[in-house]
Amino acid sequence: MYDVLIVGCGIVGAATAYHLSKYDLSVCVCERYNDVANGCTKANTAILHAGFDCPPGSMEARLNLRGIQLAKEICEKLDVERIQMPTFIIAYDSEHELNYIQELYQRGIANGVPGVRIVDHDEALRLEPGLNPAVKAALYAPESAIVNPWEYCIAMAETAVRNGVDIKLNSKVTAIEKKDDHFVVTTASGVYEAKHVINAGGGWSAQVYQLVGGNDLYQTNFAGQYYILDKCEGHKVHSVIFPCPDEHGFKGVCVTPTVHGNVLIGPDCYEVPDGDHVGTDPATLETLKHEGHRSVPALDFREVIHEYAGVRPNTQIPDFVIGESPICPGFINLAGIKSPGLSSAPAIAEEAEVILRGLGVEFKPKAEYVDSRKRIKFRELSDEDKRALIAKDPRYGRVICRCETITEGEIVEAIHRPIAPTTIDAIKRRCNAGMGRCQGGFCGPRVHEILARELGVSPRDILIDEQGTYIITSAIKEEAAYEV
Amino acid sequence: MKYEYDVVVVGGGPAGLAAACAAKENGAEKVLVVERDKSAGGILNQCIHNGFGLHYFKEELSGPEYAARFIKMAKDCGVEIMLDTMVLSLDGHTVTACSAEYGLIQIEGKAVVLAMGCRERTRGAVAIPGDRPSGIYTAGTAQRYLNIEGWMVGRRVVILGSGDIGLIMARRMTLEGAKVLACVELMPYSGGLNRNIVQCLQDYDIPLYLSHTITNIEGLNRVEKVTVAKVGPDRKPIPGTEMVFDCDTVLLSVGLIPENELTRKAGIAMDGRTKGAVVYENMETEEPGVFSCGNVVHVHDLVDFVTAESQRAGKAAAEYAAGKAANGGKEIAVVNGDHVTYTVPQRIRTGNAGKTVDISFRVNAIMSDRLITVTDGDTVLCKYKREHMAPGEMEHIAVPAVLLEKVSGGEIKVSVVPQEV
Repeated sequence: MYDVLIVGCGIVGAATAYHLSKYDLSVCVCERYNDVANGCTKANTAILHAGFDCPPGSMEARLNLRGIQLAKEICEKLDVERIQMPTFIIAYDSEHELNYIQELYQRGIANGVPGVRIVDHDEALRLEPGLNPAVKAALYAPESAIVNPWEYCIAMAETAVRNGVDIKLNSKVTAIEKKDDHFVVTTASGVYEAKHVINAGGGWSAQVYQLVGGNDLYQTNFAGQYYILDKCEGHKVHSVIFPCPDEHGFKGVCVTPTVHGNVLIGPDCYEVPDGDHVGTDPATLETLKHEGHRSVPALDFREVIHEYAGVRPNTQIPDFVIGESPICPGFINLAGIKSPGLSSAPAIAEEAEVILRGLGVEFKPKAEYVDSRKRIKFRELSDEDKRALIAKDPRYGRVICRCETITEGEIVEAIHRPIAPTTIDAIKRRCNAGMGRCQGGFCGPRVHEILARELGVSPRDILIDEQGTYIITSAIKEEAAYEV
Repeated sequence: MKYEYDVVVVGGGPAGLAAACAAKENGAEKVLVVERDKSAGGILNQCIHNGFGLHYFKEELSGPEYAARFIKMAKDCGVEIMLDTMVLSLDGHTVTACSAEYGLIQIEGKAVVLAMGCRERTRGAVAIPGDRPSGIYTAGTAQRYLNIEGWMVGRRVVILGSGDIGLIMARRMTLEGAKVLACVELMPYSGGLNRNIVQCLQDYDIPLYLSHTITNIEGLNRVEKVTVAKVGPDRKPIPGTEMVFDCDTVLLSVGLIPENELTRKAGIAMDGRTKGAVVYENMETEEPGVFSCGNVVHVHDLVDFVTAESQRAGKAAAEYAAGKAANGGKEIAVVNGDHVTYTVPQRIRTGNAGKTVDISFRVNAIMSDRLITVTDGDTVLCKYKREHMAPGEMEHIAVPAVLLEKVSGGEIKVSVVPQEV
């Protein structure tokens, strides 16, 4: 019997597991996919927002501001790439836009966003020379940051596991039965019992809630597409840049650096049935190009290396849906976590604590707790450290991903961490191998081989990503002939 | 340990091996090839089909056979080869490399030859729309899975692009029992060699759809189907022309890009059209003593031409290492005229030209009965007849150095014009 079972290991589930793991509680996380961070968490704009955008007085506003403060410390302790950089909302010569940034400024002040102010044309271009020179004025917020979103999630999930949390992958929750004083949770990997259930189901949180009879939450999923440009474009942008929203109120296509040095352009916004709808289409990508150029005219879209889409898990309720279910005591929703969910995640985890305390759960700090984490990134080491590392473990001298300079040592180390990556994409998320300009063309087969070797499985069983994303169809000259 | 060489060659594929051998033959005493893979030979090792060496060896070899001959030559003439070693950076003539065996090392070369080859354009680079399932490979990656790793990667295949590796893989997958449903090419002509279209598509009844592209890929986990549509002269899909193929695999053969990250980071001048370094007649880059050759300079059609070009680079590197820096003379820029998309070299120093200067280039359309002209302003310096020209096939001309001496302006122009002119 667990004290707490968390459904979902995206950024919210991971932050909650990490937070609860500091206390003497037995905690389990059930994740439907074969890896953590594999839903909205892996495909978003990767920004820790400054917090001027949320309606004053909302849960979003409060948790966003608290969340980005907590992120500073967590990212530092757990070795997650986070780079503080300002956000600009740019207004051209239109009254609507100039009014809008004023309104945002007022909202920022009301929300207590530090340092937020309006800058004029000259100052905007001085602070961010990449901006469209037609900019008339801009809202400037210095406290935002960019982050590696999946690493943030993985780091917290791994640390939770190091501190005793059980994680069950491939464990889609199919039924939740409420008994007198506990829950029986049926998943694809087994049946678990827990005194409390936390719904951190991301894009599926309304469906998870339905399992206990919650019928008043409607998931509306809004997808958005993105372009990623090669690192050679990275020098053109040094801040997070948004246009003013259009007449429909959509935030607009952002241009931002990534923590890896690429440039990200996106997203747009359109409704899709569920979180699996992550395709891209030419018309949308054309729009992104156009919008990206408008904010930063120097961007060269011939340097595109990747496109993807992500899904925002909205509900009909304009704010986050956080609290114990009124119809199911002991069942806690951390649902409808759309933007700024990534920014708010650790603060949402604190909310979970408050709710659990209210239910009589005792929070006694663990006597022994590991709250640090360090990864080896060969490419970032000094020559001296590189030499020493290779002398200690020669596998760090063998470069597997040539675009990103990722060594065999780093890949092997990742495979043996508390939450073992088992797929090509899981390695990509942990080590960056395959993230570069050749998109795994060269390193894919080598990562494949290392995964099979280290996991002790046949290469045939290695997947790119989720179940069904197989690579190999048969061996060459295999006797079992097939119909085509 | 100190690593000091006369000539350091980055890359042990066909370009690097030929350059190293030529450096040795031309007097360089200590020559080193640094290769990132576990064996030398580069991409030739996975090209198990024949057709290599017709020009250079006057016989038909497979890729590994062609590579093996050069590896043997390199060993016989005393070239050192450092395997499983990745070059991380180039600073002047200092090469920083790392490997499990040698650790992180610095190698000094009196001359350096860059021969890193090229990589394939990806789905991301060409922004093919649709879902994100598995089953989408660049043709070269699929080739590696089949020919090196021994795994089949698909059963019903659609190929986008008609570059040579895609054409070769159409045949290869067919021979291994897959059904190749279509080869789809955006342009009105193939980017591959004519012999490959005949031997790899036509001989196996694989349809080639010119002026077509993939407009959608569907499949939640693995590719399930792709939509192909005809494109207009603007290369945009024409609504109503869609065909749907049920398939589990898409191979991409949509172009090769020289891998010049090292070159760029070293601050060496690049040509935006070739995506390779700007080179002189002897394959020297704008950084004195740093040479570049093979697919890292411009993407070739035949390895035989890589070899020839690389021998020129190797010889020049040996001369540079021996203190015989290129004798400048007059400097002439080579510019692109009608139908010419790029030239290599981009610059010529007449004092260093020898008897002739070889100029390679590609054209932008299929043409017949044309003249290649080399002009100095309005003056035609020389012309060459061609019965047939195609973008997939590299053109070569040898311009007599005496003609270059006469050039009055700072540039010559290479153009393709109708024969009656």
